[in-house]
Amino acid sequence: MTALTDDTLPTTPRAMRDEMIVFIVMALLLAAVPFSGIYPFFVMQALCFALLACAFNLLIGYGGLLSFGHAMFLATGGYVTGHFLKVGAISLPYWPGMWFTIPFPPFSPEMGIIGGTAVSCLLAVITGYVSIRRQGIYFAMITLALSQLLYFIYLQAPFTHGEDGIQGIPQGKMLGFLELSNSTVLYYVVLAGFLAGFLLIFRAINSPFGEVLKSIRENEQRAISLGYKTDHYKLLAYILSGTLAGFAGSLKVFVAQNASLTDAEVAMSGLIVLMTLVGGLGTVFGPVVGAFVIIAMQQYLAGFGQWVTVIQGVIFVACVLLFRRGLIGEIAHFLKRSL
Amino acid sequence: MAALYAQLLVGLINGSFYALLSLGLAVIFGMLNIINFAHGALYMMGAFCAYFVLSLTGLGYWWALIIAPIIVGIFGMILERTMLKWLAGLDHLYGLLLTFGLALIIQGVFQNFFGSSGLPYAIPDELKGGMNLGFMYLPIYRGWVIIFSLIVCIATWFLIEKTRLGAYLRAATENPTLVRAFGINVPRMITLTYGLGVGLAALAGVLSAPINQVRPLMGENVIIVVFAVVVIGGMGSIMGSVITGFALGVIEGLTKYFYPEASNTVVFVLMVLVLLVKPTGLTGRAA
Repeated sequence: MTALTDDTLPTTPRAMRDEMIVFIVMALLLAAVPFSGIYPFFVMQALCFALLACAFNLLIGYGGLLSFGHAMFLATGGYVTGHFLKVGAISLPYWPGMWFTIPFPPFSPEMGIIGGTAVSCLLAVITGYVSIRRQGIYFAMITLALSQLLYFIYLQAPFTHGEDGIQGIPQGKMLGFLELSNSTVLYYVVLAGFLAGFLLIFRAINSPFGEVLKSIRENEQRAISLGYKTDHYKLLAYILSGTLAGFAGSLKVFVAQNASLTDAEVAMSGLIVLMTLVGGLGTVFGPVVGAFVIIAMQQYLAGFGQWVTVIQGVIFVACVLLFRRGLIGEIAHFLKRSL
Repeated sequence: MAALYAQLLVGLINGSFYALLSLGLAVIFGMLNIINFAHGALYMMGAFCAYFVLSLTGLGYWWALIIAPIIVGIFGMILERTMLKWLAGLDHLYGLLLTFGLALIIQGVFQNFFGSSGLPYAIPDELKGGMNLGFMYLPIYRGWVIIFSLIVCIATWFLIEKTRLGAYLRAATENPTLVRAFGINVPRMITLTYGLGVGLAALAGVLSAPINQVRPLMGENVIIVVFAVVVIGGMGSIMGSVITGFALGVIEGLTKYFYPEASNTVVFVLMVLVLLVKPTGLTGRAA
């Protein structure tokens, strides 16, 4: 059987050097964006989705686990950070209709991000514990169902304001001096967040931990027989992926200044899968390229209404039938390099 | 108490849709090793077929019950022949991704032409009205949906477990190469199986048209619930998926009565509980 990532090349010292060079080029190009006249809002939005897709790719590309529910982390990071920045007070139900409130004032941006990421991490621990009990197709269906469960919770929970979402979230001053309402400052903060997350994933997949993950992807039975507790590794990868996806959701709040139910929908989970698929499953830079392509497509085709959905569907079909390596995967295959 | 019985009835009706849909998913998965994400979209197409059959040709509900599954089944077989066929031998996840794309295309096209609002579809004259059962009032059409779905489920079970054709099918699921060696055209059987599973979805769509209205997104949320049903029940046994479908519909209905806030989520919560207690699903084998 052909696995999803059969074409990925083994990690070698040369591959790591190639990837570092590409990483530095990418970082320099992105750092130059504010001087280029490109609309920074677009790039910031794409960076958040790129980090999200990279986190998703950590699971599918290196662990062989297809999550069809990564929107739940995006939404959780967004809602929690948005709530902390705007309101702050934490209310928890201890009985249907009975609430216990801790009256915090609104949080500072850095505390808001930490809060959103921490809650996403907690969510990843819980959902990961449930979903890694099954593999393959069942894992995808379970994550999908879990994200739908969370969608309905967010639809009904008071702090998310249901269909309206959390609107007009203040950006504030990060660390007390970075004025995030200035779009250039905000851009570099988002870029720093993206690069930090990207490097963390890059480090993880090139570590012994990443090697074990790849061995689970290739042949889980053999990994077990070698004495690895594969469930622990899969859970750890899931938690890392979910936490980083939540972090991306937290960053996105500062760009969009709202958090809404759109981020929790199944369609959003599908979009994350599509970005990674277009860029190349199991490639290091594929998800970044894929995120930029899909976000740009959404911007330019926004006037076509529902046809955007149809076009996304066509891209899905075309990628699966004709173009399974994705953009970066094809280039890497052509150059016989790991990218 | 009347409200409780009414919710129980709604639960049984939803349960019959879950049963028909998860049955189709299980049949398709057995033969093609594909989880058909487009199942919800094809269910919707079934309802639209009924609507078109009525508005274009004037043929009513009874004709739609026959024509819609055939049209959608043929559409499904074309999809199988032109696209799904090429995924044989690839990771199962590609089938999920491809059919997800197909669902986006189908639902997007219908949304473009019909918006998001519902088109009305009338209950046929023969099934209008209701019966007073003493403890509750039973609309005849709803009773019909439950009984007819049960019959279809049992007929499908009989077809697969008790007939010669079903025996070929089960054999081809176990070992397609060997079955081909006996001179049986396995690729054609795969196509027919997909048509059968898809036809069941379309049938559920026709049944639901008078109850739920005909909407482009009517299958969008149903399919996710059906996935949860499949995770709970496992796809190993046909009767298992039918019983799980009905049971979860009833539980959902009861939740609507006792704690309506949780009615949307109860199936997913149950899925989590089942995974914690018995990760392989209630009837399923390890996968």
